[in-house]
Amino acid sequence: MIDPIFLAEAAINGILLGGILALLALGLNLIFGVIEVVWIVYVDLVMLCMYAMYFLYQVQGWPFWAAGVVSLGLGALLGIAVHLLVISPILMSPPINQLLATGGLLFFIQSFATFLWTTDHRSLRFSLPSFEVGGIFLPATRLIPFGISVLAMLALYLFLTRTYMGTAIRAVAQDRDAMSLMGASPQRVYVVTSAVGGMMAGLAGALLVFQYSVHPFFGGQFGPLTFMICVLGGLGNMVGAFVASFVMSEIISIAGVIWSTEMGYVIAFLVFIVMMFLRPGGILARRE
Amino acid sequence: MLELRNVTAGYGAFTALWDVSLSVRAGEAVAVVGPNGAGKTTLLRVVSGLVPPRSGELELEGTRLTGRQAHEIVARGIAHVPEGRRIFPALTVADNLKMGAFLPAARRRFAESLARVYDLFPVLAERWGQRAGSLSGGEQQMLAIGRALMSRPKLILLDEPSMGLAPVLVLRLFDLIQRVREEGYTILVVEQNVRQVLKIVDRAYLLEVGRIKMEGRATELSEEDFVRKAYVGL
Repeated sequence: MIDPIFLAEAAINGILLGGILALLALGLNLIFGVIEVVWIVYVDLVMLCMYAMYFLYQVQGWPFWAAGVVSLGLGALLGIAVHLLVISPILMSPPINQLLATGGLLFFIQSFATFLWTTDHRSLRFSLPSFEVGGIFLPATRLIPFGISVLAMLALYLFLTRTYMGTAIRAVAQDRDAMSLMGASPQRVYVVTSAVGGMMAGLAGALLVFQYSVHPFFGGQFGPLTFMICVLGGLGNMVGAFVASFVMSEIISIAGVIWSTEMGYVIAFLVFIVMMFLRPGGILARRE
Repeated sequence: MLELRNVTAGYGAFTALWDVSLSVRAGEAVAVVGPNGAGKTTLLRVVSGLVPPRSGELELEGTRLTGRQAHEIVARGIAHVPEGRRIFPALTVADNLKMGAFLPAARRRFAESLARVYDLFPVLAERWGQRAGSLSGGEQQMLAIGRALMSRPKLILLDEPSMGLAPVLVLRLFDLIQRVREEGYTILVVEQNVRQVLKIVDRAYLLEVGRIKMEGRATELSEEDFVRKAYVGL
């Protein structure tokens, strides 16, 4: 029998991991919900931003916040570039072509990163304290990314619900033509959406370096998981993706403590497959 | 105010409008009637820029609109209330109206426009926080019209406003359109409900298989003749 304190710690770690996963899933899902294109390359953009963090913070010795701001801006620029250079020219093509195009970009980025930076794992060094609460250890390297993720998601929520552009982004996701009749250029809304989605990737990159080392194939570590969370939550459904992030992170974290980390992923993917049979539209899909 | 000269338009290999010329003067209400598939919806979609014309000219107050995209045309003062209302179902009533005022010029006068729309359609004020998809058909149509008014248009295009409404509501809706008219808006309306629409417009065109077949003042037009032609196409 496992000590309940370990289970409690695993549950808390699950929540902390869920925060970052939710950030990734919301960024990817926002783009899908509005432009109806799945950016298979999404976590590889995160990887590029992690390299930016590595070179600026670790190599150049910039303060962390300044490197983070650059990472955010780089993410936004990469988002805009992906939209304008890859998606926009084939916006009217069948979805499979768009998927393959972003998939091609994924291999291009991975190969180019390997060429530039080799397959070495690079990590950032932090000297941050851990806190102990009732026998549970809470390292700052997990608390800080979680806290910032929550703030970022709150900011995204306020942007999408309180501003004209944010509301227009949700409106375009529902009816593109009707929104152009309101005077919004669909292309402009798409560019803003891609920039916001890219910014979330940039922020995720700046936060993931607290716990993970960066290498050209980092995308393989989080890409499939992020994509799965979006499908589990219902593609395009932001609340669903948010909930699904925590469901998956808890499964990974708790099963990881009971058995092993690998088993945690096996069970998470198994739950995903079963859920696809039970609720193909996502966990929060309305039964109408 | 609005001038269409020899407009031909369609989708792919299909031509929906042949050589259509039409004009709407400032302050006027004009109807386009005709049987299903006559090209009425396409006509409005050409005016609002959703369908580019293949040939012909489009002008608003002497400014050429031909080749402009939908979002640019709204900025020139044309608001389109599309067929099937096309409100944003997952947004609240208030957010739908906010989207109507998306253009910077409209945003600046948001509060004033909103007060006017709520005055015209008090039910929208009651339901402001509700998801638009949960409104009844009649309320959705009011929302669609209200949303169009939020952009401070000069000309409003209405596509089949009475479609899918119960007969009692149809009468109420035409009363409301009449009120919108009295507020000084210019209206171009497409309707199947010929009898009702002829009561609220100044002039009407009969469109048949993509061509204008008849035109005249609503009071002068033989209603029976018009109705027969519009429905039976004889």
